[in-house]
Amino acid sequence: MRKKRPVLPPRGTPLHPRRYAILVGASSGIGAALARQLAVEGYTLALLSRREELLASLCAEINAQAGEVRALPYVHDATAFASVPDLLRRIVSELGGLDLFIYNAGISLPSGLHHYEFEKDLQVTRVNYLGALAWLNPVAALFDQARAGQIVGISSVAGERGRVGNPAYNASKAALTCYLEALRNRLTRRGVHVLTVKPGYVLTEMTAGVKNPLFAISPEKAAASISAAIRRRRQNVYIAPVWGLVMFVVRNIPSILFRRMSF
Amino acid sequence: MTKPGNFTPLENFGHSLRAPAYVQHPDSEEEIGSAFQLARQTGLTVTARGAGRSYNDAALNGGGIVLDLSGMDRILSWDAQSGLVTVQPGVTLRQLWQRCLPDGWWPPVVSGTMTTTLGGCLGMNIHGKNNFRKGTIGEHVVEFTALLPTGAQVTCSPRKNGDLFRAMIGGLGMLGIFTSITLQLHRVHSGLLDVRAWRVPNLEVHLEQILKAAPEHDYTVGWLDPTAGGRGLGRGQLHTADYVGPGEDPQAKKTLQVEYQTLPDKFFGIVPKSVLHHFMAPFSNNLAWTLVDTLKYHAGRNRSYRQAHAAFHFLLDYIPNWERAYGRGGLVQYQSFLPQETAQEAWSEMLRLSLRRGVPSYLGVTKRHRPDAFLLSHAVDGFSLALDFKVTDANRGRLSALLQDFDRIVLDAGGRFYFAKNSETSPDSALRFLGPEAVRKFKALKKRCDPDLMLESDLYRRVFSAIGS
Repeated sequence: MRKKRPVLPPRGTPLHPRRYAILVGASSGIGAALARQLAVEGYTLALLSRREELLASLCAEINAQAGEVRALPYVHDATAFASVPDLLRRIVSELGGLDLFIYNAGISLPSGLHHYEFEKDLQVTRVNYLGALAWLNPVAALFDQARAGQIVGISSVAGERGRVGNPAYNASKAALTCYLEALRNRLTRRGVHVLTVKPGYVLTEMTAGVKNPLFAISPEKAAASISAAIRRRRQNVYIAPVWGLVMFVVRNIPSILFRRMSF
Repeated sequence: MTKPGNFTPLENFGHSLRAPAYVQHPDSEEEIGSAFQLARQTGLTVTARGAGRSYNDAALNGGGIVLDLSGMDRILSWDAQSGLVTVQPGVTLRQLWQRCLPDGWWPPVVSGTMTTTLGGCLGMNIHGKNNFRKGTIGEHVVEFTALLPTGAQVTCSPRKNGDLFRAMIGGLGMLGIFTSITLQLHRVHSGLLDVRAWRVPNLEVHLEQILKAAPEHDYTVGWLDPTAGGRGLGRGQLHTADYVGPGEDPQAKKTLQVEYQTLPDKFFGIVPKSVLHHFMAPFSNNLAWTLVDTLKYHAGRNRSYRQAHAAFHFLLDYIPNWERAYGRGGLVQYQSFLPQETAQEAWSEMLRLSLRRGVPSYLGVTKRHRPDAFLLSHAVDGFSLALDFKVTDANRGRLSALLQDFDRIVLDAGGRFYFAKNSETSPDSALRFLGPEAVRKFKALKKRCDPDLMLESDLYRRVFSAIGS
């Protein structure tokens, strides 16, 4: 018996192009807001997350609002690296194309000042950095060959300095930022756009425990800024923009002072 | 073949669409069969692709399997006495004429480029500059064999399996895959054609003269300057060509040779033509094209000359990759077929509309047509006008609105469209010009030949999935 594929509307025409996107880490926070935003802009989306129920209700909501199937759910654990190549193939087959890839999966497991635990660091590294690599490699290969496509990595301002509270998170985001830069340098000559997004505080589950988050913005606002950066093919973007200034200062705090600070 | 492998990025000829696909390169009927097997196992759909010269999504299948048949390129038999040739579907018009012209035969119907494959030519049922006289290529097919998705092998001719014959030719590759094609070629006595060219000052004279010239000549084609408005609306240049009779070419032996026919690959003897499109690209805008078209019109002289077949027919091959000059957004071609009675009024309205809205076409080509008996037919007793439009991010919305208005004007005037060209034809428009009866018959054959809907292209899903079920 022939398998039936999910029924999406037909692909676009030269004058009414349809664009296809994969969003890893879509069920809540920036990811969910970005999914809603891109769907409104006409993207057809493959939404990936571990959390099946959240994902299903998000897809249902998007499809109901669009009046057509515009989001397909895929249950995926970002640390299931080996499953990525086959899943990517399946998704591209089911979407019928791929124009945009967004890696938004990320966790933060803050630890106390005198707490050291490899298992925690490993988990953060696997989700925030290694999971990104598992996807970025086959996606970059696809876009490189097609000489087209856009890649977005949701990194963080936290990747710009190593701070006392969250070493593995800082390092994973620093690694991701650096990897995206290298990818940009490889792929720009092939017509592929790579965007690094560095959010500050965004009001999501991840920042729920933070007291008085500085310059915090809503996920919807973050999503709108990211979408604008994709359209304008920006290379690096801070959200909110004020973080560009803040991080300029933070990057230039001399170590002799930074070592004594506790933020 | 058990796994589909990796995606290959594919584009349409106009570079205005992009679709990754699992490209398979079958070189035998068995391998086409295994591709169907693969589709069955994976749930993927299959689209046949020849040279990939369709301007729209006919040879694209985003995320699915594409059968690139260009490897099935053997001429299976050639009889220089009768002019009967049997080819595999991936044989190109270039291969065909180069093999047969030295023996004094020419393909009865050719497209504006020789890179097209015979499988593709049949799938679209192409026409040439002699459509009014020779019909479409399908009228010269003596027999073909095909493999259906059901696994059945069929042989079709006008008399044997006639319904399938008339549906698979022009059937967009959606009923089965051609595995061999037998064509009757046309006898020629020289490698040259007697060509005449003259100017026509407006659309009325343009169509009048095509109508008058066509019955007297073997080929008739017009160039139309779509950038000219006012009294010059529809102005252009007509070309007719006639075969040279026996004994009329003293050098026939020489002119029938491939070397004599081959297009030069350098411009002015020095500039390699393969790089020309790079120099053209910066001038691909409204102002420059208006200038070029105006100069072309005024430089046009009334003249008669002898020209090689290849040079006359394959104008599109004269500048390799010319379509790249249209830039990153690519191009769309809009071709409409209109009855004699309504053509002038409808095209006047369309040309004026495009100029008024600031989205002129840069190139127009006119031809004379007659109806044919194929199921999905684009033909009318009248004319066709093909217009090329550059696509940019800035003009996409305006161009889309313009072409929607064009569709309305053409359909109201009893016109038709061609599935190798137009990319924006809606399911409703298709239903309207094909008629519900033709669509119903086609769908019934689809059910018979491909009950599991394995053969689907982006074009098929866009236009046909929604109608006639």
